Amino acid sequence: MDTIPHTSRPGYFGEFGGRFVPETLMPPLLEVEEALTSILPSEAFRNELQELLAEYCGRPTPITLCKNLSAELGFELFLKREDLLHTGAHKINNALGQALLARMMGKSHVIAETGAGQHGVATATAAAKFGMRCTVFMGAKDVERQAPNVQRMKLLGAQVVAVQSGSCTLKDAINEALRYWISHQADTMYVFGTAAGPHPFPTLVRELQKVIGTEAREQMLTRVGTLPDYVVACVGGGSNAIGMLHPFIHDKQVRLVGVEAGGTGEPGCENSAAINLGTPGVLHGARMNLLQTPDGQICESSSISAGLDYPGVGPEHVHLHHTGRVLYSIAYDHEALDAFRRLSRAEGIIPALESSHALAWVLREANSIKPDSRVLVNLSGRGDKDLAHALHYIDLD
Amino acid sequence: MKETILAARRNGRCALIPFITAGFPSPDSFWDTLAQVDAAGADIIEIGIPFSDPVADGPVIEEISRKALHDGVSLDWVISGLRERKGSFHAKIVLMGYMNPFVQYGLGRLAADCAALDVSGFIVPDLPLEETPEFRAALAPHDLTLITLVGPNTTSERMKLYAPFSEEYVYIVSVLGTTGGVNEHVDAVADTIRRARAIFDVPLALGFGLRVPQQLDSLPPDARPDAAVIGTALLQHIRSGGSPSSFLAPWLGK
Repeated sequence: MDTIPHTSRPGYFGEFGGRFVPETLMPPLLEVEEALTSILPSEAFRNELQELLAEYCGRPTPITLCKNLSAELGFELFLKREDLLHTGAHKINNALGQALLARMMGKSHVIAETGAGQHGVATATAAAKFGMRCTVFMGAKDVERQAPNVQRMKLLGAQVVAVQSGSCTLKDAINEALRYWISHQADTMYVFGTAAGPHPFPTLVRELQKVIGTEAREQMLTRVGTLPDYVVACVGGGSNAIGMLHPFIHDKQVRLVGVEAGGTGEPGCENSAAINLGTPGVLHGARMNLLQTPDGQICESSSISAGLDYPGVGPEHVHLHHTGRVLYSIAYDHEALDAFRRLSRAEGIIPALESSHALAWVLREANSIKPDSRVLVNLSGRGDKDLAHALHYIDLD
Repeated sequence: MKETILAARRNGRCALIPFITAGFPSPDSFWDTLAQVDAAGADIIEIGIPFSDPVADGPVIEEISRKALHDGVSLDWVISGLRERKGSFHAKIVLMGYMNPFVQYGLGRLAADCAALDVSGFIVPDLPLEETPEFRAALAPHDLTLITLVGPNTTSERMKLYAPFSEEYVYIVSVLGTTGGVNEHVDAVADTIRRARAIFDVPLALGFGLRVPQQLDSLPPDARPDAAVIGTALLQHIRSGGSPSSFLAPWLGK
């Protein structure tokens, strides 16, 4: 493909990012970009969001030292406990922030895409809290696979649209939400769920998720007295990872690791590892790495963890991969399942299958991590939602 | 293409720009269908390059694109088909497609290949002004155009930003929506056309949601386009057994 030079255009991280959308979407995106620079830093916004995150969501979340696992591993394993947040995952940080932004922009309606349903539930929650109308676009296949989350969204008052186009999964839900936004932009804000999509979403989502890493860094310094040697997070679209890793970027001694979902693991298997196994291209408004054919058609992704199941990855991650600041690795389905069971048994914490990928990397690489190191993993969500699915693959007896 | 549109205008009619997805209705019959569209009196023909994630398209064109991909249609297939038929078209040819298949083909290679064929330009629905420099740089050494797209929510200020880069004609999207969408807001379309007329010094083509020529007659005389783009309605007509010429005849005043 043609090389595109580094650019000073807005929304680029090195060569990645940008705003590849129909002209009819430029006005609403420019409106959100304006809000990002004017409303987001304002005292009114920050105060209200901070109060909501504390009193409604349960921030700050603690960091937990996994004493039993640490004893087995020979180094200290800490978890950033985003699983303890309201709605059970980090997604609420972003959904609540964007819904608040939408309200301050004068919008009465929020829309969202969702794959597994976590971002849909988080957006429906925020909309209920603010008394806003909410429409969630979800691939028809996912509606079927994730029935409990569909019911949660409906209970919270959201309308769930089953998207029948394309492959009927997350990428098609994003297409449909973008189409809907074109025709309803006057009163509607698209609450984008991950650190991808057209500018300004990768930046907006990072700014709202940065609270994870900012808190964790401070907690390590005050509670443990030192920065961690490793910070590890799972990467699908990349919102929990960018939120966790970004505040550590200038701490040169801290090794940063993003873990992609490798799928079942046999050569040529369907996967969700766009950085490790994909190539650069343009989808959903951004230049990023994609799982695609040589002709540029987007492939279906696959992972045991629905929340990592996306054929692209946020542009800032692709940039951080190219600069080498973050190491992007892969964990496979069976490794994530092992980690899922091991953390449950050893620590009494059931991790989301997404977060289990981050944990799986630590368990696999344990021998190459120096004794007495401090390893901080973002436990981005709780795993209750995954139990029925995981039990197809693991034997509890 | 500008001259083609102006020639139609001199003949007292709106220029006609049919859109047809590559590989429709089937890869085997596509080139014949294209020849029929050409013979029926098209001034410019847009060949749609199918993409798996066509965010500016409505359900009809998305489904047709998906079938074409399933049938093995690709940009390579289109280029080699055009190569075999070089010089056989009366109408000017424009390729309309999303950015990613063009990027994977290689923008430089795309421009060089198309310059050697009967291709006059490109329409890229997910490429707003700010992202066009690389595409325009690739086209610059050749006699190829990147068509400007504006919509009802494109402000006059933004149209002015586009103006220096707008050649041949400007494509006006009539609806805040996708291809095949319904447009009932005549006033909004008229307003967009009037604003565009004041800013651009090239002909104006109107598209998205056009089905019958009467839709243009409902516009005030000072707010009518120079060309009409017809996609979804034409494809539906062909799919239900109609011929391109029977669909296009009323548009040509026949």
